[in-house]
Amino acid sequence: MVSGHSSYVMKHHDLPIEVHDLTVSYQKKPVLYGVDLEIEEGSFVGILGPNGAGKSTLIKTIMNMIKPNGGYVKIFGDRPRAGIKRIGYIPQKESVDWDFPVTVFDVVLMGRYGHHGWLSRIGKEDRNKASECLEQVNMLAYADRPIGNLSGGQQQRVFLARALAQESAVYLMDEPFAGVDAVTEKTIISILQEMKKAGKTLMVVHHDLASAKEYFDQLLLLNMRKVAFGSVSEVYTHELLQKTYGGKLAVLSEMATEVAKNPEP
Amino acid sequence: MKNWVIIFGGLLISSSFLEAKQIGSGEDLNWLTQAERFIEMKDPSIRKVALGALLMGLSCGLIGSYVVTRRLSLFGDTLSHAVLPGIAVGFIWAGEKENFSLLIGAGIAGFAGVCCLSLLKKFTKIHEDSSLGIVLSAFYALGICLLTRIQKVGYTDQSGLDSFMFGQVTSLSSGDIISLLITLLLIGLFITINFRQLLVTGFDPQFSKSIGIPNDFLQFLLWMLIAFCVISSLQLVGVILVSAMLVIPAATASLFAKRLKNYLVLSSLLGAGAGISGTFFSFLGKGLPAGPLIVLFSAFLFLVILFLRPEKGIIVCWLKARSERSRIIIENTLKATFKILEQKDFQENEITSLEIMKKRGLSRREVEREIDKLASSGFCTKNLSANDEANLPPQTVMILTPKGWEYACKIVRNHRLWELYLTNEAQYEPDHVHEDAEKIEHVLGEKTVRQIERLLKNPKLDPHGKFIPSITDIHQGNLPRPS
Repeated sequence: MVSGHSSYVMKHHDLPIEVHDLTVSYQKKPVLYGVDLEIEEGSFVGILGPNGAGKSTLIKTIMNMIKPNGGYVKIFGDRPRAGIKRIGYIPQKESVDWDFPVTVFDVVLMGRYGHHGWLSRIGKEDRNKASECLEQVNMLAYADRPIGNLSGGQQQRVFLARALAQESAVYLMDEPFAGVDAVTEKTIISILQEMKKAGKTLMVVHHDLASAKEYFDQLLLLNMRKVAFGSVSEVYTHELLQKTYGGKLAVLSEMATEVAKNPEP
Repeated sequence: MKNWVIIFGGLLISSSFLEAKQIGSGEDLNWLTQAERFIEMKDPSIRKVALGALLMGLSCGLIGSYVVTRRLSLFGDTLSHAVLPGIAVGFIWAGEKENFSLLIGAGIAGFAGVCCLSLLKKFTKIHEDSSLGIVLSAFYALGICLLTRIQKVGYTDQSGLDSFMFGQVTSLSSGDIISLLITLLLIGLFITINFRQLLVTGFDPQFSKSIGIPNDFLQFLLWMLIAFCVISSLQLVGVILVSAMLVIPAATASLFAKRLKNYLVLSSLLGAGAGISGTFFSFLGKGLPAGPLIVLFSAFLFLVILFLRPEKGIIVCWLKARSERSRIIIENTLKATFKILEQKDFQENEITSLEIMKKRGLSRREVEREIDKLASSGFCTKNLSANDEANLPPQTVMILTPKGWEYACKIVRNHRLWELYLTNEAQYEPDHVHEDAEKIEHVLGEKTVRQIERLLKNPKLDPHGKFIPSITDIHQGNLPRPS
């Protein structure tokens, strides 16, 4: 099994994300078993795995939204609650109430909430930052629109702007490419790449095997346990993908034949 | 057997709205004097009721915004029914209708109702609407049993109790006003402090959790405030209608508020407006119950706004569609005149109503009406001329003004350009394009037309070999126009 670059990382407390022997269950049904993970600064990691593999659960546990049954998570060496401002998060689209009376600008401004205490006011700087981030995803023209009037791809770009406005060091994203057309997918991936260049650490749940190979630097293969974690060339192999998806999916055999045809360098 | 009688009796009470009470003295005053008395507000009892209705409208409107945006309407309904047994128990405990114990009882019962809901949610797979239905009806039935029992056994002062079912403004006490005021202050404070947090939890609970906002705690506080609001409003509108006050003003606001802030302001104003107008109308005559009138007024405001709101309102849409239709008719007539002139190689400039009738396939009266429309918009001038055939009435003869001529050219150009575009660029067959162009010609904007012209390299002829008047031709007056 490939276990990343942990061998030569000496200062564990400096790691943006460290997951140790993490076990999580929903109503006594285990979803994740003993996951170990060490993510270095500036990593761009794709999380792959079949439905119900625990991809979202892993992310939510790292965010401290779900309490683990065993093991721990450390963010820059701290327990997650203390470090929570340093992580930006994009939840799955389905968990959002798109009919809520809120404008695009208000949504992006939410990215600034984490920087403020319960009662402190949102200031001009926050507004400027929000406009700047909207500009970055090419959505400034839509600032005053109700969020519900936007197309799926535009909504996803607004979410990305909100994440940018969080100015975090680490980002966890749950399927940012779901329900998005090809053009938007390109825009999103180029913004993610810029974020990586700016030294951000990114973990992205992804569902498309074919594009995963091109998008990410490292892959985490997950199926209730960590199947493999490492650079794309190490992990994206017929054998490991087979192990992750259990050979059940049609897409897998397709991908497997493709991998067999052009073996990765 | 006796229990069945009690339940049946309770249902009878609940189904009879005759119990609902009106404001004002029993004297038979004429409605104008009553209206004057209300507007003057000198009578302390009127002041009290108006103030109560105002406070209730504001609180219900504010907290109702959260009820509606978070889809808690059924929850509000359940809560209002669940407090009934608490009121009965509070009464039995105090032995009389004493506000404080009744409110405590209502609070406890409401809390118990919410607990039942949470338990059902946690331990069963019953859908939320069904569990709400179960809790609502069970608590309500229990409440009615207890109330009926109290009335039959005969406590000394049970007369005011049924006011909780339908609301009874006459028995509104200073204590009620104070509890309404406290509720409003609490709600206002809660929303002011937590506005941002409530916004983000309502829109995106996962994200809100991720930035450390305690969703569940906020939700709990929200439930408690809804309960306060329901309990303090009972005296005015009663158990059955109080949830309407939570839902209707906020739903009305949702028709056109795009941001939560506007939503809150609109909803509370609508609630207050309904409260005041409901009490006002109830005051005008005998047998007009205040509570139901307040609710009716909210529903009326909802309807008015549904029809009158800008952009999507039913009336605005209807007006828009009408003006659109009349524009299309004008454009079609102008196009017909162009084609008639074209058939005569632009050698004449007079067009008779008979020619338009033939071209458009319309009746004489319809054509006359269209010509009148064109003339009144300044697109043509018209005259009467003797008919060639002596036995027919004189015909209308029209001549296009320069403005009308330009408009006619524009429509024909739109039509023919679109036909050419479809055949050349979208590979339509020439005999398929006419129908489509008939519709598109009315909506093509100047910008699109220029784009198409550039794309097709300023074409002169359409797919049927007919000439396309170009924009520069129109503006420079180069066209073969009738002298």
